[in-house]
Order: sequence, then C-alpha cells, then structure tokens
Amino acid sequence: MSTHPATESDVPGQAAEHALVEMVERVRQAHDAGTVLRILGGDTKAFFGGDIEGSRLSIGGYHGVVSYEPTELVVTARAGTRMSDLEALLAEQGQMFGFEPPHFGTDATLGGTVSAGLSGPRRPYGGSVRDAVLGVRCLTAAGEVLRFGGQVMKNVAGFDLSRLLCGAFGTLAILLEVSIKVLPRPSSEITLTGAMGIDQAIPLMNRWARGPLPLSGAVCDGQALWVRLSGERRALEQARAAMGALDQAPEAGFWEAVREHRLPFFRDDRPLWRISLPPATPALALPGDWLIDWGGAQRWLKTDAGAEEVRRSAAEQRGYAVLFRGGDRRGEVFPPLPDGLRVLHARLKDAFDPRRILNRGRMYGDL
Amino acid sequence: MLATAAVDTPCFIAALRRVLPAEAVIAEVEALRVYECDALSAYRELPMAVVVPGRVEEVQAVLRLCRAHGVPVVARGAGTGLSGGALPHCRGIVLGLARFNRILSIDADNRTATVEPGVRNLAVSEAAARYGLYYAPDPSSQIACTVGGNVAENAGGVHCLKYGLTVHNVLSVTFLTLDGELCETGGPTLDAPGYDLLALLTGSEGLLGIITSITVKLLPRPAGTQVLLAAFERVEDAGRGVAAVIAAGIIPAGLEMMDALAIRAAEDYAHAGYPLDAAAILLCELDGYPEEIAEQLDRVQGILRAQGAVAVRVAKDEAERRLFWAGRKAAFPAVGRIAPDYYCMDGTIPRRELARVLAEIAALSKKHGLRVANVFHAGDGNLHPLILYDANRPDELQRAEALGSEILELCVAVGGTITGEHGVGVEKLKEMCVQFSAAELSLFHAVKRAFDPEGLLNPGKAIPTPRRCAEFGRMHVHRGALPFPELERF
Repeated sequence: MSTHPATESDVPGQAAEHALVEMVERVRQAHDAGTVLRILGGDTKAFFGGDIEGSRLSIGGYHGVVSYEPTELVVTARAGTRMSDLEALLAEQGQMFGFEPPHFGTDATLGGTVSAGLSGPRRPYGGSVRDAVLGVRCLTAAGEVLRFGGQVMKNVAGFDLSRLLCGAFGTLAILLEVSIKVLPRPSSEITLTGAMGIDQAIPLMNRWARGPLPLSGAVCDGQALWVRLSGERRALEQARAAMGALDQAPEAGFWEAVREHRLPFFRDDRPLWRISLPPATPALALPGDWLIDWGGAQRWLKTDAGAEEVRRSAAEQRGYAVLFRGGDRRGEVFPPLPDGLRVLHARLKDAFDPRRILNRGRMYGDL
Repeated sequence: MLATAAVDTPCFIAALRRVLPAEAVIAEVEALRVYECDALSAYRELPMAVVVPGRVEEVQAVLRLCRAHGVPVVARGAGTGLSGGALPHCRGIVLGLARFNRILSIDADNRTATVEPGVRNLAVSEAAARYGLYYAPDPSSQIACTVGGNVAENAGGVHCLKYGLTVHNVLSVTFLTLDGELCETGGPTLDAPGYDLLALLTGSEGLLGIITSITVKLLPRPAGTQVLLAAFERVEDAGRGVAAVIAAGIIPAGLEMMDALAIRAAEDYAHAGYPLDAAAILLCELDGYPEEIAEQLDRVQGILRAQGAVAVRVAKDEAERRLFWAGRKAAFPAVGRIAPDYYCMDGTIPRRELARVLAEIAALSKKHGLRVANVFHAGDGNLHPLILYDANRPDELQRAEALGSEILELCVAVGGTITGEHGVGVEKLKEMCVQFSAAELSLFHAVKRAFDPEGLLNPGKAIPTPRRCAEFGRMHVHRGALPFPELERF
C-alpha cells in the first residue's frame, strides 16, 4: 500500500515545526496583549466576509502533506498547503475532493478553504467541504495545540469540533492540519446543454434530482441550462437517454469557470449576492441578473436592490442571502441570527476565544 | 459539571404533575424499571421520575422546572443505544420523547422530510417510498430506533462509506436549550449562516439541547442493487481485498466483513449459505444502473480473486441477495445464541491496520480467556468485536470490560478511534481519557457550558472530567508530556 508522506514542494517537517513554534509564540503574545489577529493563508478570499483590522498572522509557512493514503480515501495536510498542490497530488492517484473547492486565486490554501466553508458545483451531489472534514489539529487563542476528530470515516468520540471549525472563518481557532475524505475521480464525465430560462430550468433540475441519475452539476444562467453527469460510461449513456434532447457541450473548462466565478456573468460592478434556498424554490422576484447553481440550491444575484429587500425575499422562501462580493461591507455581510442562536454563538466564541483576538469581525461584528 | 443538590422528590413530582397531563408523569418504582437502562443493560439506574410529554410547550415547562430545581435531564428515544447514553441519573428525570412520533411533512420536490424526534428511522424511508425516495442512514436497529436518537448519537449503518453518517443526512434540527429557548440550526437549505451548530449537536449525546424536530435529506432509490459474497482463507487477504476495491476507484454501497466465529454463528442462525470453512468473508453491495452494476461486479470479482478470494458468488436473485444480508444483519443475535452474554465494541481503525488489529484482538482474547467474534463495516473501518462471556460467572463481565478496553486502546494506538457509531455514553468514558488530552477535554466542557451552564443535560456522560481520568489511571500522553499536572499522583 503506498503512502505519500510529503510532496516535493513540501518544506521539511522541521521547517514546518519551526513555523508552528513562531505561530504559537505570536498567538500567545496577542492573547496576553489582547491584540486582534487577522489570520490568512493565501489571502485569496479577502473579499469574502467582513473587512477587519488586525495584526496579520500568516499560516502560509505551515504547509506540506502530512499523510496521504489513497486506499483509505484520506489526505492529511497542513493548513498552509496550496489547494492546487493537493489537487495535483490527488489526481496522480485518480482521486479528487468531492466538494470541488473554489480557489479564487492560485495561492488558495487548505486552511482558508476549510475556514471559509466554500464548496463548488459538485456540492449537492458529492457533499460539502464540511461533510468531507474528518479531523483537525488546531491552535487555540490561548496558544494550545489540540486535535479533534481523526483520519477515519466514522468517529463519534467527543463533540464534532472539527466540523464546527469548518466555515467559522478562523474566529474559533486557527487550523493547523486538516484530514479530508477524498473520492475516486469518475471514470467518465459529460456535460449536456440546451437553451432554457430559469423558470423552466429550476423544476427540471429538481425533477432530475428525484431520480437515480448520476448528476454532478446543474447550472442555469437564464439563457441556457448545463448539466454534468459523472460515472461509468454506460451509466452516463443511459442517463442521457432518460433526460431528453440536450446537446453535448464542449468541456472547455465550463465547470471551472462556474466554480471560480470566471464566467462573463461575474464580470460586473454590482454587488454579488449568494442566496441559499430550498432547491425547488421558484425564481425570486428580485431585480437583477441570476446564475442558478447547485440544481437551484445556490443562486448568484447581481443587483442594485437594497440589502434588506434581498434578505427579506430569501427569508420568505426559508432561505438566506449573503453579500458575497462588493457592495456596502460596513454592515454585516451575513444575515443577522435569531436571538437564541446569537446568544449561543457569543458563548461559543467565549469558550474558544474569550479575549476575542481571532479574526474578530470577519464573520459577525461581535464574534 | 455541577453536582446537583438533593431535591425533595414528592415536591418535584407534584410540580411536574402541575405542568403535564397525569399520564405523562411516571413515578412508581415498577413503572420506572422500564427505563432503568438502554440497550447496554450492564448499566442500570432508577431515575427519580420519567416524563413523556406530547407537546413542545410541555417539554419547555419541564426543562424550566428542572433548571429551577437543579434536576438533571436525560433525554431518551427508543432506548436502543449501545453505550448507556440514556442511562438514567439517580437524582434526575428521564425525558422520553417517544410520543413525538409524527412525520410533519415530506417535501418531495426538495427531497426532505421533517419529523419529530420520536419517529422511527425506518418509518421515514417507508413514508418517502411512494416518492421513490429514502433516508440513507440505516443503523441495524432501524426498525425501532428513533431519528432523534440517531441525531444525538450520529448513528451510522452499513451504507456509510457511500452515503454518509447521520451528520451528512440531516439538514436542520430544532432544539430547546435548558432555559426553554427554542432554536433552529441548519435549514431546508444546503447550508446556514453562522457556526455549524448542526454538526456540533449531531452526536452530542443529549449534552447540549433537547431536539424537537429534524429535517432530513431524502435520496432517490438507486435503479438497482446487487451483492456478492467472497470467501477468503486468510483474514489478511480479505483486508487487502477491501483496499484493492477502493484503490480501483469503486465505492461500494456496502462492504462488510465477518471472521470465522461470526460466520459460523450467523450461518447456524440464518442459513445464509455462508462458507463455513472460510477465515473471513466479504459482502460487497453495488448499486446503480443494471449495466453499470454488471460491469462493476466483474471488476470486483477479478480484484478479490487476485487478492486471494477462494470463492466468489453473486446473489442469483433478489431472494439470495436478501439472504446474504440476512446473515450479516443477524450476526449480533446469532452470536447471542452461542454465549449467554456478549459485549459489543465499536472502534474504528484505518483499514490498512485490519490484519494487525485482528491478530492483536486474537492475542487479547487468549490473554483474557474470552472468545471474540468480529464483524466489520470494512468499507469505513468500523470494527465491531463481540466479546462472548457469561455474566453469571464471577469476574467474566469485568474480564470482558477489561478486554474491551484494551481493544479500544489498540484502535487509538493504530490511528483510529474508540467509537465509530455507538457513542461514548457511560461506557467509554475511560477510553476518552486515552484518546484526548486534558486541554482537549477542557474545551469540550467549555462547549458544554456554552449550551448548558448548569450542567444538567445528561450529566456525567460522553465527556469525562480530568479528575475522573486521573481516577481511572488512564493517561493520554502527548509528546511525552504528562497530562493533568495539577493532580497528585500515587
């Protein structure tokens, strides 16, 4: 059985340990002085979340693969490891991340990806980044190095703090290492497309999702529908036959462009909202332009409509809206939490970071 | 966690009766016996009272009373848990949620079901069947266990490698905090703003809140399913077979392994047609379109033969497919027939360590003089050694527990965990001290206090105190540093 303890680009473990010692020292000093730290990996997602002031603490020096066992379907790497390096390593073994991580820049790191909790077009079918996280090693605000979860698929010992840290924007602890479940790459993949508006595409995507089709992506930009199928060649042929008249699209990086926001749709100065909804929800009556992803569960909206109107419209359909890029970022970019949850969030923050030095304000103003 | 002061029992029961209908308060000793244990029956305790409210407002009233009087609350679903998570507290109440048994809605377009916590696991799939949908997690007790209990324990099943655990299949949970505040985490959406409290609550063993409703994800039924049975003369070959299937890029819907003792017990009981001379068998389930399954079956057969499978049989029809599974699913009761008692362990290991772990378990079995049968969710590394003993013989339970404890420590030593799907409960507190450092346990306690400052929700379960770890004499030694330096050693 092959083990891959390190990639060629890995710093020797000793250098990583040196970087860790420095980080621990920085965090302890900040904790004693009450200095707010702005934690960053590749700093590729600075546009996302609240703008914060703080003393920069880079995890970039703490990188490298700790272990990779293809037959265990798990990779463990330090938080500063570049996502592109990890994906190249997995590809050599015919594997991939099931959540199709968006990078938003070549320097995107594992720690930043997990902290931001972002998943790409495959998410409704292959699971989210949080679903894939199996365990973490983290640095607390008090400067302690702790481990939660592990490297195995099933583990219910103790509270699931590794998944709690996923999508917490570094406000609870600093990720040092993450163990992630990986998947085999599908043996074949096709993308089908056809001219279609949103009103027609949303019900169709959801009708398909109710059947046993090997879906791995479903997007509509108002002009056309794109749907990706992944699996064994024969299964794809059968699925295609069941889905009706659609053309095979030239691959040419369409899904990567969706994932990285490189489609022409995203070239726009208006604020970009991410709206999360029950997938079959009909189109919302908000002004602006839409890109429907995740089979209807994640929708991108470029609009000049006010934040309150956008949030209310999403909430009426039991969803929520996040100001993803641009717009007025002086207020909260995430929707306000109901009172009960807000109290629990504040108490959790106090449990992890009572002096509130870790990325304060990156997620919510007071956390 | 706070130790609770003694409450005036008759006075408190009278107070419960003021906020609940008469039939919802149980205080007579004989009636309380029904609740004295869960499926880990070696641990028993009588609670002060049991309440079985039927409305959320009643649960809120009970929680407020308990908070005001400092009375511990142990939530209970069907009581099928295997780690003593629902073991009563002698000065507390058991909060039975069995009457919350309504399926509130099924949203076929969005592929979700919203249910009350007392709904049985299997009832969700039964209700979703007419839409061609089902709920994926299938713990072996699915005919009886409740969805609320599944969330509390992060229950698994035989299809986890491909379809995930409970945490991957729940979209939202509505829960009450001890002060009676109703909160919802998650939503009918694929994600929710804020911290992932949904992941935190899943598997929290009733320590953080009381669940009042759950929205789960429903999946489309696969177009077809097929199963093959492979027999091996050596356990190591079976273990390598599992790795080879996954290395080939195949994720089976289920991949189960049984050792010789488990095979013989299951065959005697269920007549599943298992080969009695095999050292190990693998059951491999594949799902998808029929042609896709046929292609994968060919590949899996070739792979397993190359790893030393001496016989490979594909179920010839649906009846045989069910029979192959019947043997596996009957493994626990079957083992129950060959010994007066058995003790079920639940460690998870990296699959590559399987042969070594099974050899060590055999050595430990010899050392403690007790037989061990092994059934294994091989796809995800979750091992269930069943320790055979006789509770009527002096010392055998203690020997079984000592053997179990050593097996779990072995799981940690090879990079695994002490519990894959059954939970810590009261059973594995000692082993938690091996898996986690004092600082890690302290953070767990801090998280607990964030939800339950008084420490009244299922106190004493799941997370041991550092003092308790010191008393056990089990120490997590990390990088040579002795944990709990604040405590004296003798």
